[in-house]
Amino acid sequence: MYTQTEIIKDTTVNGSEGELVINVGPQHPATHGVLHLVITLNGETIKKIEPHLGYIHRSIEKMCESLSYRQFIYVTSRMDYLSSHINNLGSAHCVEKGMQIEIPARAKVIRVLMSELTRIASHELWLGAMAMDLGAFTPFFYAFREREMINDIMEETCGARLTMNYMVPGGVMYDIHPDFQQKVKAFVKQFKEKVTEYDDLVTNNIIFQNRMKGVGILSKEDAVSYGCTGPVARGSGVSCDIRKIFPYEIYDTVAFDEVLETAGDSFARYMVRVREMHQSIRIIEQLIDNIPEGEYQAKTKAVLKLPKGEFYSRVETARGEFGVYIVSEGATTPYRIKFRSPGFSNLSALEHMAKGSKLGDLMATMGTLDLVIPDIDR
Amino acid sequence: MTNEEIKAYFTTVAPSATFDETGEWLNVQVEPGSWKALAQNLRNSILHFDYLFCLTCIDWKTHFSVVYHLSSTTYRHTIVIKANVDVVNPEIETVSNIWRTAEFHEREVYDLFGVKFLHHPDLRRLILTDDFEGYPLRKNFEDPINMIKL
Amino acid sequence: MFSLEGITNAIQNWLYNTFNPSWALVFECLIVILLATGLFAILGLVLVLMERKVAAHIQIRLGPNRVGPGGMFQTVADTLKLIMKEGLTPDLADKFLFNLAPFVVMIVAMLLLAPIAFARGFQIWDLNIGVLYVSAISSLSVIGILMAGWASNNKYSLLGAMRSGAQIVSYELSAGLSVLSIVVLSGSLQLSDIIASQENGWWLFKGHIPVIISFVIFIIAVTAETNRAPFDLAEAESELTAGFHTEYSGMRFALFFLAEYINIFIVCAIGATLFLGGWMPLHIGHWQAFNHIMDYIPSSIWFMGKTFFLIFLIMWFRWTFPRLRVDQLLNLEWKYLLPISMFNLILVTVIAILGWHF
Repeated sequence: MYTQTEIIKDTTVNGSEGELVINVGPQHPATHGVLHLVITLNGETIKKIEPHLGYIHRSIEKMCESLSYRQFIYVTSRMDYLSSHINNLGSAHCVEKGMQIEIPARAKVIRVLMSELTRIASHELWLGAMAMDLGAFTPFFYAFREREMINDIMEETCGARLTMNYMVPGGVMYDIHPDFQQKVKAFVKQFKEKVTEYDDLVTNNIIFQNRMKGVGILSKEDAVSYGCTGPVARGSGVSCDIRKIFPYEIYDTVAFDEVLETAGDSFARYMVRVREMHQSIRIIEQLIDNIPEGEYQAKTKAVLKLPKGEFYSRVETARGEFGVYIVSEGATTPYRIKFRSPGFSNLSALEHMAKGSKLGDLMATMGTLDLVIPDIDR
Repeated sequence: MTNEEIKAYFTTVAPSATFDETGEWLNVQVEPGSWKALAQNLRNSILHFDYLFCLTCIDWKTHFSVVYHLSSTTYRHTIVIKANVDVVNPEIETVSNIWRTAEFHEREVYDLFGVKFLHHPDLRRLILTDDFEGYPLRKNFEDPINMIKL
Repeated sequence: MFSLEGITNAIQNWLYNTFNPSWALVFECLIVILLATGLFAILGLVLVLMERKVAAHIQIRLGPNRVGPGGMFQTVADTLKLIMKEGLTPDLADKFLFNLAPFVVMIVAMLLLAPIAFARGFQIWDLNIGVLYVSAISSLSVIGILMAGWASNNKYSLLGAMRSGAQIVSYELSAGLSVLSIVVLSGSLQLSDIIASQENGWWLFKGHIPVIISFVIFIIAVTAETNRAPFDLAEAESELTAGFHTEYSGMRFALFFLAEYINIFIVCAIGATLFLGGWMPLHIGHWQAFNHIMDYIPSSIWFMGKTFFLIFLIMWFRWTFPRLRVDQLLNLEWKYLLPISMFNLILVTVIAILGWHF
């Protein structure tokens, strides 16, 4: 056991003169998961942030090397568990690209609908969790009220509420539940009615705005250089929505706007996500009555063998660009898989954004980065 | 910009580069020794590759290839750069001062493959513990307890 | 009409007739101690339950509803759990101060109970400098918090205690100044005099806009002084895990928890006494009939009603607002509240001198 003086002298624990080293995480109310940040403080001002990763590292990339092309898709649900549909979609896409499978029109629409519902659910959870980071507990329950409806819809069609495993190479696993359309319409109606409550409770709250504006500023150049994607980059004015620039499925046929804010602070990122929820609702409204009849899954071989080569597919998850890079040697299992996760790059910008600000600002910055730790560790 | 224009650019700055157009994007094979200067050129030149969206490594048993996926936020063109490095002593220059995102990605590759990125500001294990032995994503890595073979 | 005054007078007469004066005083003291402790226990249970129910209502959920009818005994069960838990003391903590701190906080809360008039003629100690006593004692609680934060030998605790120190010291000022405006109007520091001065109307209604301003400032300042959200920086869950009481467990933690609620009750009682007339029923000028009907409601109910209304207000804040940042908190006090309340005090003084109030 250490004596008191030994601990005081240990600079890795206590920092050098005038510094205070505190650990935020791996168990801490502000880190939603097992992120571990070692923060050097000078009073309340942050001098250095050092992320320690790996608490939930499962080496999914290695695991996938021994899984078949049908199996590995489901492991990706366990990465960014809040956008599991979109992760599955990206992985299924990459296999389809390699196999050159043509997907039925019905499956495409169902995939897009599911992706957008997932995006809304993810942003709802983020809204609640971020407000909680700032000390407001109530928005969490309001956000979960709507998220619960989406989870119920998912449960009926996919049989799961979090890790859906609904996408298969060539389409979706099952047809949608008969109540699907009616329930989604009910959700859209409720969302449009209740979303004003978020504005009253959160967006227009003066304390909230003061906590967010001018906090954690990320310039446009830095956002690109740090490889930030998704709402984080779009809050800094970087146009990076994969749905717009490299449309997949039927995103080129639906009308929606890429949400851009230019301030680059936490409030801009907040506004991007809130406005994105409205855009997702817009997409859902266009598609929900126009699900074409037909097959929900293309006919595929039981055992998939990707031809020799390299395949990369990019999709836009709720957190940013998710990339799947498959290197195939022509076998039934991939030779190497790399998952490019949005959270990993977004986290790398954290120190740059939070340095020199107050400890309380770190929570606002971290909250608007919307980190999902299994996505970062993989 | 089209692949032809990008190729034409490469022949002026890096004559030793070889091309492969079978995939979705243009693949460029470069020499690890000349990579740093080339990267600087790609970032700052007319091609404006300012966005490194994926950095990884593949273990081909005989050699490693470090793979960089580069894109431009202005022109929206994408290329894949590959640099082969030795298995015994894998070393390549860092690009973390050109694209900041590389700092974390290179640490991850160092952690899981053991590729040393020279002049990296803070090359330590990122995900695994400091006393972990071996590099798990290498093909010859064996862990009798935790690995599941199907 | 039901009145506590009659009961207390009867008990006092009986004691003085049966025993000699010094023994009677001893018995009276014992009764007061018993009542005060009982009040503490009941207040703790009721307020915690109330907080959870109010929070649940605001957050569109039910709140505790399993233990007892409507979850009424939930807090009793919680207390039992806390009593049975082990009270840990960290190895490298300053053991003496660590164990002393919760009691300091609790004793301060108890001392504040003395001058509060719960009903007509139902007051432990009607001292002639009541308002001064309350402001003086309430600033002592910061010592307990600093003690806890320092002695825990935990960085979160230390940061929390430092924040709390800065916060309480600053907000004392505007709380004091807003209380002074009532002292100026009523011309007395004695709480019973202040209540008596509101017989024909509460100061909140009689004193025009300046008193409303000082009421608002008072509510903001006491929310900050009791470390409640949106000023709960000392605890700041998402930043400092639990702030100054991170290392406390079991009954010592319960004492902090209880002291927080007792403090809320006391500051709300003071607020109700100063601005809303304490136990004084709602009287409007010369409306004799109306005033007469109002007198039928017992004074204890008036007092409790007003106090619990203010408590509800403070709970409402907590479940609606996010937390301020530490520099914003100090800016709010030093740049806005303090100058406003100083200027406001001058206005109130002018009103009092010229007799412009009703």
